[in-house]
Amino acid sequence: MLKLSSLKAEQAHTRHTIAAGEPWLYTLKKGQTLRILDLEGNQAVDTIFYNAHDPSERYSATDTIRHQNNIYLTSGSQLLSTEGNVMLTITADTCGRHDTLGGACAAESNTVRYALEKINMHNCRDNYLIALAESGLEMGKRDITSNINFYMNVPVTPEGGLTFEDGISDAGKYVELQAEMDVLVLVSNCPQLNNPCNAYNPTPVEMLIWDA
Amino acid sequence: MTTQATLAPSVYQTSIIGARSWSFIIHRGYTLRITDIAGAANCSLLAYNNDEKLERYNMADTLKAQHTAMLTKGNVLYSDMGRVLFSITEETCGWHDTISGVNNAKLVREKYGSKPYQDNFNSFHRNGRELFLIELGKYGLGKKDIVPNVNLFSKVYVNAEGGMNFVTQHSQAGSFIDLRAEMNTLVVLNTCQHPLDPNPSWEPKPVDIAIFHSGDVSKDDRCRNHCPENQRGFINTENYYCQHVA
Repeated sequence: MLKLSSLKAEQAHTRHTIAAGEPWLYTLKKGQTLRILDLEGNQAVDTIFYNAHDPSERYSATDTIRHQNNIYLTSGSQLLSTEGNVMLTITADTCGRHDTLGGACAAESNTVRYALEKINMHNCRDNYLIALAESGLEMGKRDITSNINFYMNVPVTPEGGLTFEDGISDAGKYVELQAEMDVLVLVSNCPQLNNPCNAYNPTPVEMLIWDA
Repeated sequence: MTTQATLAPSVYQTSIIGARSWSFIIHRGYTLRITDIAGAANCSLLAYNNDEKLERYNMADTLKAQHTAMLTKGNVLYSDMGRVLFSITEETCGWHDTISGVNNAKLVREKYGSKPYQDNFNSFHRNGRELFLIELGKYGLGKKDIVPNVNLFSKVYVNAEGGMNFVTQHSQAGSFIDLRAEMNTLVVLNTCQHPLDPNPSWEPKPVDIAIFHSGDVSKDDRCRNHCPENQRGFINTENYYCQHVA
Protein backbone atom coordinates (compact mmCIF):
# COMPACT_ATOMS: atom_id res chain seq x y z
CA MET A 1 0.00 0.00 0.00
CA LEU A 2 1.50 3.31 -1.05
CA LYS A 3 1.85 5.79 1.75
CA LEU A 4 3.76 9.06 1.75
CA SER A 5 5.84 10.31 4.66
CA SER A 6 5.48 13.71 6.31
CA LEU A 7 9.10 13.69 7.49
CA LYS A 8 11.43 16.28 5.99
CA ALA A 9 14.90 15.28 4.89
CA GLU A 10 16.44 18.51 6.20
CA GLN A 11 15.20 17.64 9.72
CA ALA A 12 16.82 14.20 9.80
CA HIS A 13 19.54 13.99 12.44
CA THR A 14 21.55 11.40 10.50
CA ARG A 15 22.05 10.96 6.77
CA HIS A 16 24.35 8.30 5.42
CA THR A 17 24.84 7.06 1.87
CA ILE A 18 25.72 3.38 1.43
CA ALA A 19 27.58 2.74 -1.81
CA ALA A 20 26.62 -0.35 -3.80
CA GLY A 21 28.26 -3.47 -2.42
CA GLU A 22 28.88 -2.02 1.06
CA PRO A 23 27.55 -3.10 4.47
CA TRP A 24 26.09 -0.85 7.19
CA LEU A 25 25.53 -1.62 10.86
CA TYR A 26 23.58 0.84 13.00
CA THR A 27 21.64 0.87 16.28
CA LEU A 28 18.22 2.42 15.87
CA LYS A 29 16.57 3.55 19.12
CA LYS A 30 12.95 2.80 19.96
CA GLY A 31 10.76 5.49 18.44
CA GLN A 32 13.28 6.56 15.80
CA THR A 33 12.34 6.34 12.13
CA LEU A 34 14.66 5.00 9.43
CA ARG A 35 14.09 5.91 5.79
CA ILE A 36 15.77 3.81 3.11
CA LEU A 37 15.95 5.93 -0.02
CA ASP A 38 16.50 4.24 -3.37
CA LEU A 39 18.65 6.97 -4.95
CA GLU A 40 18.89 5.67 -8.50
CA GLY A 41 16.20 2.98 -8.64
CA ASN A 42 15.78 -0.79 -8.53
CA GLN A 43 18.36 -1.37 -5.81
CA ALA A 44 17.91 -4.36 -3.47
CA VAL A 45 18.73 -3.53 0.16
CA ASP A 46 19.23 -6.76 2.13
CA THR A 47 18.41 -6.06 5.77
CA ILE A 48 18.36 -8.03 9.06
CA PHE A 49 17.19 -6.65 12.41
CA TYR A 50 18.26 -7.77 15.90
CA ASN A 51 17.09 -6.81 19.37
CA ALA A 52 19.97 -4.46 20.27
CA HIS A 53 20.05 -5.79 23.85
CA ASP A 54 19.78 -9.51 23.00
CA PRO A 55 20.68 -10.31 19.39
CA SER A 56 19.48 -13.90 19.82
CA GLU A 57 16.09 -12.26 19.24
CA ARG A 58 16.07 -11.34 15.57
CA TYR A 59 13.81 -10.66 12.61
CA SER A 60 11.76 -13.64 11.48
CA ALA A 61 10.44 -13.71 7.93
CA THR A 62 8.08 -16.63 8.62
CA ASP A 63 6.54 -15.10 11.75
CA THR A 64 6.18 -11.75 9.99
CA ILE A 65 4.38 -12.99 6.87
CA ARG A 66 2.19 -15.40 8.84
CA HIS A 67 1.18 -12.67 11.29
CA GLN A 68 -0.06 -10.40 8.48
CA ASN A 69 -1.17 -13.33 6.30
CA ASN A 70 0.70 -11.90 3.34
CA ILE A 71 4.16 -12.64 1.96
CA TYR A 72 4.80 -9.09 0.72
CA LEU A 73 5.82 -6.22 2.99
CA THR A 74 4.54 -2.66 2.68
CA SER A 75 3.23 0.20 4.81
CA GLY A 76 1.42 -1.15 7.86
CA SER A 77 3.50 -4.31 7.98
CA GLN A 78 4.70 -5.16 11.47
CA LEU A 79 8.10 -6.82 11.43
CA LEU A 80 8.08 -9.64 13.98
CA SER A 81 10.97 -11.21 15.83
CA THR A 82 11.67 -14.87 16.45
CA GLU A 83 10.09 -14.29 19.88
CA GLY A 84 6.88 -12.98 18.33
CA ASN A 85 7.52 -9.34 19.33
CA VAL A 86 7.02 -6.38 16.99
CA MET A 87 10.48 -4.98 16.19
CA LEU A 88 9.55 -2.28 13.69
CA THR A 89 6.54 -1.06 11.74
CA ILE A 90 6.66 0.09 8.13
CA THR A 91 5.17 3.57 8.38
CA ALA A 92 5.60 4.82 4.80
CA ASP A 93 6.28 3.20 1.44
CA THR A 94 6.30 4.71 -2.03
CA CYS A 95 7.37 1.47 -3.75
CA GLY A 96 4.48 -0.73 -2.63
CA ARG A 97 6.00 -4.14 -2.16
CA HIS A 98 9.13 -5.65 -0.65
CA ASP A 99 10.36 -9.25 -0.55
CA THR A 100 11.27 -11.33 2.48
CA LEU A 101 11.43 -14.87 1.02
CA GLY A 102 14.35 -14.44 -1.38
CA GLY A 103 17.12 -14.28 1.21
CA ALA A 104 20.55 -12.78 0.73
CA CYS A 105 23.00 -13.76 -1.97
CA ALA A 106 26.17 -15.63 -1.00
CA ALA A 107 29.26 -16.81 -2.84
CA GLU A 108 28.18 -20.44 -2.42
CA SER A 109 24.55 -19.98 -3.44
CA ASN A 110 25.73 -18.01 -6.48
CA THR A 111 27.64 -21.10 -7.64
CA VAL A 112 24.40 -23.09 -7.51
CA ARG A 113 22.16 -20.46 -9.05
CA TYR A 114 24.39 -19.22 -11.87
CA ALA A 115 27.70 -21.03 -12.44
CA LEU A 116 30.48 -22.58 -10.36
CA GLU A 117 32.79 -19.75 -11.53
CA LYS A 118 30.60 -17.16 -9.78
CA ILE A 119 32.31 -18.07 -6.49
CA ASN A 120 34.54 -15.01 -6.95
CA MET A 121 31.79 -12.40 -7.18
CA HIS A 122 30.98 -10.05 -4.32
CA ASN A 123 27.81 -10.88 -2.44
CA CYS A 124 25.61 -9.88 0.50
CA ARG A 125 26.76 -12.60 2.89
CA ASP A 126 30.36 -11.43 2.56
CA ASN A 127 29.12 -7.99 3.61
CA TYR A 128 27.24 -9.43 6.58
CA LEU A 129 30.20 -11.54 7.68
CA ILE A 130 32.71 -8.69 7.57
CA ALA A 131 30.34 -6.21 9.25
CA LEU A 132 29.64 -8.65 12.10
CA ALA A 133 33.29 -9.71 12.42
CA GLU A 134 34.39 -6.07 12.73
CA SER A 135 31.56 -5.07 15.05
CA GLY A 136 33.01 -6.31 18.32
CA LEU A 137 29.61 -7.83 19.08
CA GLU A 138 30.72 -11.47 18.96
CA MET A 139 28.24 -12.09 16.17
CA GLY A 140 28.87 -14.10 13.03
CA LYS A 141 27.47 -16.67 10.65
CA ARG A 142 25.01 -18.10 13.19
CA ASP A 143 23.41 -14.67 13.27
CA ILE A 144 22.78 -14.53 9.54
CA THR A 145 19.19 -15.56 9.20
CA SER A 146 16.10 -14.57 7.24
CA ASN A 147 16.20 -11.01 5.94
CA ILE A 148 14.16 -8.42 4.09
CA ASN A 149 15.02 -7.41 0.55
CA PHE A 150 13.73 -3.88 0.32
CA TYR A 151 12.73 -2.98 -3.25
CA MET A 152 13.16 -6.54 -4.51
CA ASN A 153 10.36 -8.11 -6.55
CA VAL A 154 9.92 -11.86 -6.01
CA PRO A 155 6.43 -12.84 -7.12
CA VAL A 156 4.97 -16.17 -5.99
CA THR A 157 2.14 -17.87 -7.89
CA PRO A 158 -0.77 -19.96 -6.52
CA GLU A 159 0.81 -22.96 -8.26
CA GLY A 160 3.95 -22.53 -6.15
CA GLY A 161 6.22 -20.78 -8.66
CA LEU A 162 8.79 -18.23 -7.48
CA THR A 163 10.91 -15.94 -9.65
CA PHE A 164 13.21 -12.94 -9.31
CA GLU A 165 11.80 -10.26 -11.58
CA ASP A 166 12.56 -6.71 -12.59
CA GLY A 167 12.23 -4.31 -9.72
CA ILE A 168 9.18 -2.12 -9.28
CA SER A 169 11.16 0.62 -7.59
CA ASP A 170 12.50 3.79 -9.15
CA ALA A 171 14.85 6.64 -8.32
CA GLY A 172 13.59 8.56 -5.30
CA LYS A 173 11.31 5.85 -3.92
CA TYR A 174 11.57 5.18 -0.21
CA VAL A 175 10.38 3.00 2.62
CA GLU A 176 10.24 4.11 6.26
CA LEU A 177 10.36 2.01 9.40
CA GLN A 178 9.68 3.07 12.96
CA ALA A 179 11.52 1.10 15.64
CA GLU A 180 9.27 -0.46 18.31
CA MET A 181 12.33 -1.56 20.31
CA ASP A 182 16.03 -0.72 20.20
CA VAL A 183 17.20 -2.59 17.11
CA LEU A 184 20.52 -3.34 15.51
CA VAL A 185 20.16 -2.84 11.75
CA LEU A 186 22.45 -4.89 9.49
CA VAL A 187 22.36 -3.93 5.81
CA SER A 188 24.08 -5.14 2.69
CA ASN A 189 23.55 -2.85 -0.26
CA CYS A 190 23.32 -5.75 -2.69
CA PRO A 191 26.15 -6.24 -5.24
CA GLN A 192 24.35 -9.00 -7.20
CA LEU A 193 25.02 -8.77 -10.96
CA ASN A 194 23.48 -12.06 -12.06
CA ASN A 195 19.77 -11.31 -11.84
CA PRO A 196 17.48 -8.31 -12.30
CA CYS A 197 17.15 -7.51 -8.57
CA ASN A 198 19.43 -4.49 -9.07
CA ALA A 199 18.63 -4.01 -12.76
CA TYR A 200 22.19 -5.39 -13.37
CA ASN A 201 23.55 -2.08 -12.09
CA PRO A 202 23.97 -1.84 -8.29
CA THR A 203 23.64 1.74 -7.06
CA PRO A 204 23.85 3.65 -3.75
CA VAL A 205 21.04 4.11 -1.24
CA GLU A 206 20.68 6.75 1.45
CA MET A 207 19.70 6.10 5.07
CA LEU A 208 17.96 8.93 6.89
CA ILE A 209 17.08 8.82 10.60
CA TRP A 210 14.68 10.96 12.60
CA ASP A 211 14.12 11.01 16.35
CA ALA A 212 10.66 10.26 17.72
CA MET B 1 2.99 -47.73 -3.55
CA THR B 2 5.53 -49.31 -5.83
CA THR B 3 8.40 -47.09 -4.77
CA GLN B 4 8.46 -48.60 -1.30
CA ALA B 5 9.76 -51.78 -2.83
CA THR B 6 12.79 -49.98 -4.27
CA LEU B 7 14.28 -49.44 -0.83
CA ALA B 8 15.97 -52.18 1.16
CA PRO B 9 14.49 -53.16 4.54
CA SER B 10 14.79 -50.34 7.01
CA VAL B 11 17.75 -50.26 9.35
CA TYR B 12 15.82 -48.39 12.02
CA GLN B 13 12.19 -47.57 12.72
CA THR B 14 10.36 -45.55 15.32
CA SER B 15 7.08 -43.72 15.86
CA ILE B 16 6.51 -40.18 17.09
CA ILE B 17 3.20 -39.24 18.69
CA GLY B 18 1.65 -35.81 18.10
CA ALA B 19 3.31 -32.71 19.55
CA ARG B 20 6.63 -34.39 20.27
CA SER B 21 10.13 -33.91 18.91
CA TRP B 22 12.79 -36.19 17.50
CA SER B 23 16.29 -35.85 16.12
CA PHE B 24 18.74 -38.16 14.42
CA ILE B 25 21.88 -38.10 12.31
CA ILE B 26 21.13 -39.43 8.85
CA HIS B 27 24.40 -40.26 7.14
CA ARG B 28 25.14 -39.64 3.48
CA GLY B 29 23.74 -42.58 1.53
CA TYR B 30 20.81 -43.22 3.85
CA THR B 31 17.20 -42.23 3.33
CA LEU B 32 14.78 -40.99 5.98
CA ARG B 33 11.15 -41.90 5.32
CA ILE B 34 8.50 -40.02 7.27
CA THR B 35 4.92 -41.32 7.02
CA ASP B 36 1.71 -39.54 7.99
CA ILE B 37 -0.07 -42.56 9.45
CA ALA B 38 -3.39 -40.92 10.46
CA GLY B 39 -3.75 -38.13 7.85
CA ALA B 40 -3.53 -34.34 8.34
CA ALA B 41 -0.13 -34.57 10.03
CA ASN B 42 2.33 -31.69 10.11
CA CYS B 43 6.01 -32.40 10.65
CA SER B 44 8.20 -29.32 11.17
CA LEU B 45 11.80 -30.00 10.20
CA LEU B 46 15.22 -28.37 10.36
CA ALA B 47 18.46 -29.84 9.03
CA TYR B 48 22.17 -29.21 9.72
CA ASN B 49 25.49 -30.53 8.45
CA ASN B 50 26.32 -32.72 11.44
CA ASP B 51 30.07 -32.22 10.94
CA GLU B 52 29.78 -28.39 10.96
CA LYS B 53 26.48 -27.29 12.39
CA LEU B 54 26.98 -23.69 11.29
CA GLU B 55 25.93 -25.06 7.92
CA ARG B 56 22.16 -25.43 7.93
CA TYR B 57 18.99 -25.64 5.88
CA ASN B 58 18.32 -22.41 4.01
CA MET B 59 14.75 -21.83 2.92
CA ALA B 60 15.55 -18.92 0.62
CA ASP B 61 18.41 -20.66 -1.19
CA THR B 62 16.27 -23.80 -1.55
CA LEU B 63 13.39 -21.88 -3.11
CA LYS B 64 15.29 -19.53 -5.41
CA ALA B 65 17.66 -22.20 -6.73
CA GLN B 66 14.71 -24.32 -7.81
CA HIS B 67 12.34 -21.45 -8.75
CA THR B 68 9.69 -22.76 -6.41
CA ALA B 69 7.72 -21.61 -3.37
CA MET B 70 7.08 -25.18 -2.15
CA LEU B 71 8.76 -28.57 -2.01
CA THR B 72 7.87 -31.76 -3.89
CA LYS B 73 9.45 -34.80 -5.53
CA GLY B 74 12.64 -33.91 -7.42
CA ASN B 75 13.40 -30.93 -5.17
CA VAL B 76 16.32 -30.86 -2.77
CA LEU B 77 16.90 -29.06 0.52
CA TYR B 78 19.89 -26.74 0.21
CA SER B 79 22.22 -25.69 2.97
CA ASP B 80 23.45 -22.12 3.18
CA MET B 81 26.77 -23.32 1.70
CA GLY B 82 25.44 -24.27 -1.73
CA ARG B 83 25.30 -27.97 -0.90
CA VAL B 84 22.46 -30.48 -0.75
CA LEU B 85 21.41 -31.76 2.70
CA PHE B 86 18.44 -33.85 1.55
CA SER B 87 16.90 -34.89 -1.76
CA ILE B 88 13.17 -35.57 -2.00
CA THR B 89 13.41 -38.82 -3.95
CA GLU B 90 9.77 -39.79 -3.44
CA GLU B 91 6.69 -38.29 -1.84
CA THR B 92 2.96 -38.72 -2.24
CA CYS B 93 1.14 -35.50 -1.37
CA GLY B 94 2.57 -33.08 -3.93
CA TRP B 95 3.31 -30.05 -1.78
CA HIS B 96 5.29 -29.45 1.40
CA ASP B 97 5.36 -25.99 2.97
CA THR B 98 8.50 -24.08 3.92
CA ILE B 99 7.35 -20.46 4.27
CA SER B 100 5.11 -20.56 7.36
CA GLY B 101 7.35 -21.30 10.35
CA VAL B 102 6.08 -22.86 13.58
CA ASN B 103 3.78 -22.02 16.49
CA ASN B 104 5.14 -20.62 19.72
CA ALA B 105 3.80 -20.74 23.30
CA LYS B 106 1.76 -17.55 22.96
CA LEU B 107 0.09 -18.60 19.71
CA VAL B 108 -0.77 -22.05 21.08
CA ARG B 109 -2.25 -20.52 24.24
CA GLU B 110 -4.36 -18.10 22.19
CA LYS B 111 -5.59 -20.76 19.77
CA TYR B 112 -6.01 -23.85 21.94
CA GLY B 113 -6.20 -22.45 25.46
CA SER B 114 -3.89 -22.84 28.42
CA LYS B 115 -3.10 -26.44 29.31
CA PRO B 116 -0.05 -26.53 31.59
CA TYR B 117 1.74 -29.62 32.81
CA GLN B 118 0.60 -29.19 36.46
CA ASP B 119 -3.03 -29.89 35.59
CA ASN B 120 -2.57 -32.21 32.63
CA PHE B 121 0.71 -34.03 33.08
CA ASN B 122 1.94 -35.35 29.73
CA SER B 123 -1.05 -34.23 27.72
CA PHE B 124 -0.01 -30.59 28.32
CA HIS B 125 0.22 -28.26 25.34
CA ARG B 126 3.57 -27.99 23.62
CA ASN B 127 4.59 -25.84 20.66
CA GLY B 128 6.90 -26.05 17.68
CA ARG B 129 9.41 -23.41 18.73
CA GLU B 130 9.98 -24.89 22.20
CA LEU B 131 10.25 -28.40 20.80
CA PHE B 132 12.86 -27.19 18.31
CA LEU B 133 14.80 -25.55 21.17
CA ILE B 134 14.61 -28.68 23.33
CA GLU B 135 15.86 -30.93 20.56
CA LEU B 136 18.54 -28.47 19.37
CA GLY B 137 19.77 -28.10 22.93
CA LYS B 138 20.84 -31.76 22.90
CA TYR B 139 23.49 -30.83 20.32
CA GLY B 140 24.63 -27.56 21.88
CA LEU B 141 22.43 -25.56 19.51
CA GLY B 142 19.85 -22.93 20.43
CA LYS B 143 17.87 -19.89 19.41
CA LYS B 144 20.45 -18.69 16.90
CA ASP B 145 20.15 -21.99 15.07
CA ILE B 146 16.41 -21.78 14.43
CA VAL B 147 15.83 -20.62 10.86
CA PRO B 148 12.79 -20.88 8.57
CA ASN B 149 11.84 -24.58 8.60
CA VAL B 150 10.06 -27.12 6.43
CA ASN B 151 6.50 -28.19 7.28
CA LEU B 152 6.12 -31.64 5.77
CA PHE B 153 2.61 -32.73 4.71
CA SER B 154 1.24 -29.16 4.84
CA LYS B 155 0.19 -26.99 1.90
CA VAL B 156 0.08 -23.20 2.02
CA TYR B 157 -0.35 -21.47 -1.32
CA VAL B 158 -0.04 -17.76 -2.06
CA ASN B 159 -2.71 -15.90 -4.03
CA ALA B 160 -2.16 -13.04 -6.48
CA GLU B 161 -2.25 -10.43 -3.71
CA GLY B 162 0.26 -12.31 -1.57
CA GLY B 163 -2.27 -13.83 0.86
CA MET B 164 -1.37 -17.18 2.44
CA ASN B 165 -3.91 -20.00 2.21
CA PHE B 166 -3.71 -23.21 4.25
CA VAL B 167 -5.26 -26.21 2.48
CA THR B 168 -7.13 -28.55 4.81
CA GLN B 169 -7.26 -32.32 4.25
CA HIS B 170 -4.13 -32.05 2.12
CA SER B 171 -2.27 -35.09 3.43
CA GLN B 172 -4.06 -38.43 3.53
CA ALA B 173 -3.32 -41.30 5.88
CA GLY B 174 -0.37 -43.19 4.44
CA SER B 175 1.26 -40.18 2.78
CA PHE B 176 5.02 -40.38 3.00
CA ILE B 177 8.15 -38.54 1.95
CA ASP B 178 11.62 -39.94 1.35
CA LEU B 179 14.50 -37.63 2.26
CA ARG B 180 17.80 -38.99 0.98
CA ALA B 181 20.72 -37.58 2.93
CA GLU B 182 23.42 -36.19 0.62
CA MET B 183 25.46 -35.07 3.63
CA ASN B 184 25.82 -36.37 7.18
CA THR B 185 22.70 -34.54 8.22
CA LEU B 186 21.40 -33.78 11.68
CA VAL B 187 17.62 -33.69 11.32
CA VAL B 188 15.51 -32.08 14.06
CA LEU B 189 11.74 -32.32 13.82
CA ASN B 190 8.48 -32.07 15.73
CA THR B 191 4.87 -33.03 15.20
CA CYS B 192 3.00 -29.91 16.31
CA GLN B 193 0.07 -28.62 14.27
CA HIS B 194 0.83 -26.20 11.46
CA PRO B 195 0.59 -22.58 12.66
CA LEU B 196 -1.99 -21.76 9.95
CA ASP B 197 -4.10 -24.90 10.50
CA PRO B 198 -7.63 -23.49 11.02
CA ASN B 199 -8.66 -26.52 13.09
CA PRO B 200 -9.50 -24.95 16.49
CA SER B 201 -9.01 -28.27 18.30
CA TRP B 202 -5.71 -29.52 19.70
CA GLU B 203 -5.21 -32.55 17.44
CA PRO B 204 -1.51 -33.02 16.69
CA LYS B 205 -0.95 -36.14 14.61
CA PRO B 206 1.69 -38.89 14.81
CA VAL B 207 4.24 -39.86 12.18
CA ASP B 208 6.24 -43.00 11.57
CA ILE B 209 9.96 -42.88 10.93
CA ALA B 210 12.06 -45.37 8.98
CA ILE B 211 15.67 -45.18 7.82
CA PHE B 212 16.92 -47.10 4.79
CA HIS B 213 20.32 -47.58 3.21
CA SER B 214 20.05 -46.05 -0.24
CA GLY B 215 23.66 -46.09 -1.47
CA ASP B 216 25.37 -43.96 -4.05
CA VAL B 217 23.55 -41.45 -6.25
CA SER B 218 23.76 -42.14 -9.96
CA LYS B 219 24.55 -39.57 -12.63
CA ASP B 220 21.00 -39.82 -13.99
CA ASP B 221 19.37 -39.23 -10.61
CA ARG B 222 16.06 -37.40 -10.81
CA CYS B 223 16.79 -34.85 -8.07
CA ARG B 224 20.28 -34.16 -9.42
CA ASN B 225 18.86 -33.46 -12.87
CA HIS B 226 15.76 -31.59 -11.74
CA CYS B 227 17.37 -28.34 -12.91
CA PRO B 228 20.89 -27.11 -13.81
CA GLU B 229 21.09 -25.52 -10.37
CA ASN B 230 20.72 -28.92 -8.71
CA GLN B 231 23.46 -30.40 -10.91
CA ARG B 232 25.79 -27.72 -9.56
CA GLY B 233 24.53 -28.29 -6.00
CA PHE B 234 25.41 -31.98 -6.29
CA ILE B 235 28.87 -31.11 -7.67
CA ASN B 236 29.46 -28.82 -4.68
CA THR B 237 28.36 -31.61 -2.34
CA GLU B 238 30.56 -34.21 -4.01
CA ASN B 239 33.51 -31.81 -3.84
CA TYR B 240 32.95 -31.48 -0.09
CA TYR B 241 33.33 -35.25 0.36
CA CYS B 242 35.97 -35.62 -2.37
CA GLN B 243 33.70 -38.17 -3.98
CA HIS B 244 32.94 -37.74 -7.64
CA VAL B 245 30.26 -39.62 -9.49
CA ALA B 246 31.70 -41.52 -12.42
